[in-house]
Amino acid sequence: MASRIPLVLLACGSFNPITHQHMRLFELARDHMHQTGQFQVVGGIVSPVSDVYGKQGLAPARHRVAMARLALRSSDWVTVDDWESKQPDWTATVLTMRHHYSRILKQHPSTCPDGASPPDSHHPPAEVISTLSVDDCILSDWHRCPQLKLLCGADFLRTFHVPGLWLAEHVEEVAGRFGLVCVSRGNLQPDRAVHESDTLSRHSHNIFQVREWVHNEISATEVRRALRRGLSVKYLLPDLVIDYIREHNLYTWESEQKNKDTVLTAAQTAGGAVRDSGRLIPAIRGMDC
Amino acid sequence: MENSDTTKVVLLACGSFNPITIMHLRMFELARDHLEDTGKYRVVKGIISPVGDGYKKKGLIEASHRLEMARLAAESSDWVKVDPWEAQQAEWVETAKVIRHHYEELLAAEGKNDQVDTVKVGKKRRHEDRDGFSLSHSVRTDVPQLKLLCGADVLESFSVPNLWKPEDITEIIGRFGMVCITRAGNDAWKFVHQSDTLWRHRKNIHLVKEWVTNDISSTHVRRALRRGQSVRYLLPDPVVQYILEHSLYSAESEEKNVDVILAPLQRYSKSGN
Repeated sequence: MASRIPLVLLACGSFNPITHQHMRLFELARDHMHQTGQFQVVGGIVSPVSDVYGKQGLAPARHRVAMARLALRSSDWVTVDDWESKQPDWTATVLTMRHHYSRILKQHPSTCPDGASPPDSHHPPAEVISTLSVDDCILSDWHRCPQLKLLCGADFLRTFHVPGLWLAEHVEEVAGRFGLVCVSRGNLQPDRAVHESDTLSRHSHNIFQVREWVHNEISATEVRRALRRGLSVKYLLPDLVIDYIREHNLYTWESEQKNKDTVLTAAQTAGGAVRDSGRLIPAIRGMDC
Repeated sequence: MENSDTTKVVLLACGSFNPITIMHLRMFELARDHLEDTGKYRVVKGIISPVGDGYKKKGLIEASHRLEMARLAAESSDWVKVDPWEAQQAEWVETAKVIRHHYEELLAAEGKNDQVDTVKVGKKRRHEDRDGFSLSHSVRTDVPQLKLLCGADVLESFSVPNLWKPEDITEIIGRFGMVCITRAGNDAWKFVHQSDTLWRHRKNIHLVKEWVTNDISSTHVRRALRRGQSVRYLLPDPVVQYILEHSLYSAESEEKNVDVILAPLQRYSKSGN
């Protein structure tokens, strides 16, 4: 294990509310990344979006953060970070990644050179490989330097193709500098989204695709719908979260009307080019569904 | 809210539960919501009845473990309980017999709690629901109705040769009733339509649409466990813990009963020959 690259997985999304499916994605991604033989997943971060995101039915960030904390209380490797949720403006995904990455580097000052940026490739140079042994410690510093990758659902990749939604240099940085771990649901074909983008296909070695064999469509939207209608959501999300929702009377008919007629912030920032493609915008955050 | 118009229902789920998953538990929640939404029923209890080892299904691990896992899984529910009777029988017991057993238990419990109720049978008391539709069952209406809770695959299995006795199917649906959770893309009504028996008793078949596709199967869970992959959030945490502690579900355990014919097929094909 000594020769593996430490890896942190970051999931951005509304988490409105967090469900078992969100947590399941982390488990699937960790298994997959371990199976590559190259990575050791050392942590997972859940980063709920801030209230200014303006999505319909978005509960206040303090509640969404609190629910995520309750849900992940039983996890020994995934935690919640409220930095993004506290930003006064909408934060582009790449900025959230930069924030977390500099934080992670500060925790590993000895292994990471000053101002280190993660290597573009996961493969050590040929001369390093030839001298590697499993239990040695001659690894170069960069090799022990942790990496941060964005964890997302398969439909997330398609958002890169929505005109005006992403800045080209942000796509370059997310896919090239950091990397993506993408869990495909059902019959979606993530390869196609990569193939159809020059930037993504250039970094395809940095886009890890995880196949989810169990078709599981628990979405936060369905959970909110059931809650408004007084139907059971037990076993779709942790009991602690259900109790919290009851206590605070979240997700009612009224709360779902919130932001109903507002255009999502990302679309506004990008010049309103996608006002008409509201169908795709909700997938803008990695874990929205 | 106690409403004199509502019929009390107990839901019984039979199966391998090898191991029990979140989806099994979800089925109870979906069925209860559906039945109570009709305004005609109040679901008072759910029973999980794991099959005995005599079922001889491939990869079926010991009933004691399956029972314990089911108990751990149901711990957080205030209405679903595990019953060991079927699991403890030395030989495989037909589902119809399991239902009969639990119905007798219900009658006995009712008799103990309320002596007056037993007298009511003789008075041929009949329940009328709001629409005036007569609920005349060959079962007593002052004790809860017992209904079999299952996935659409059980409905489909009714047409598999030698798996069910025709008179059992008639008894299960006609006398008791079924609540059937249908998964996405499954046209359960088609099966009802294609079977004369099912069609005749269609009013006793409640089909519940699962609004969230949830394909967690025990087979998938066992496969993931054999391969050392995470099954967290597919099973309740205490069940995952139990499996790890007892090192259940290995390549060896999956070979159990591998060359043995399933008990119902053994029994019915024998009688057919």
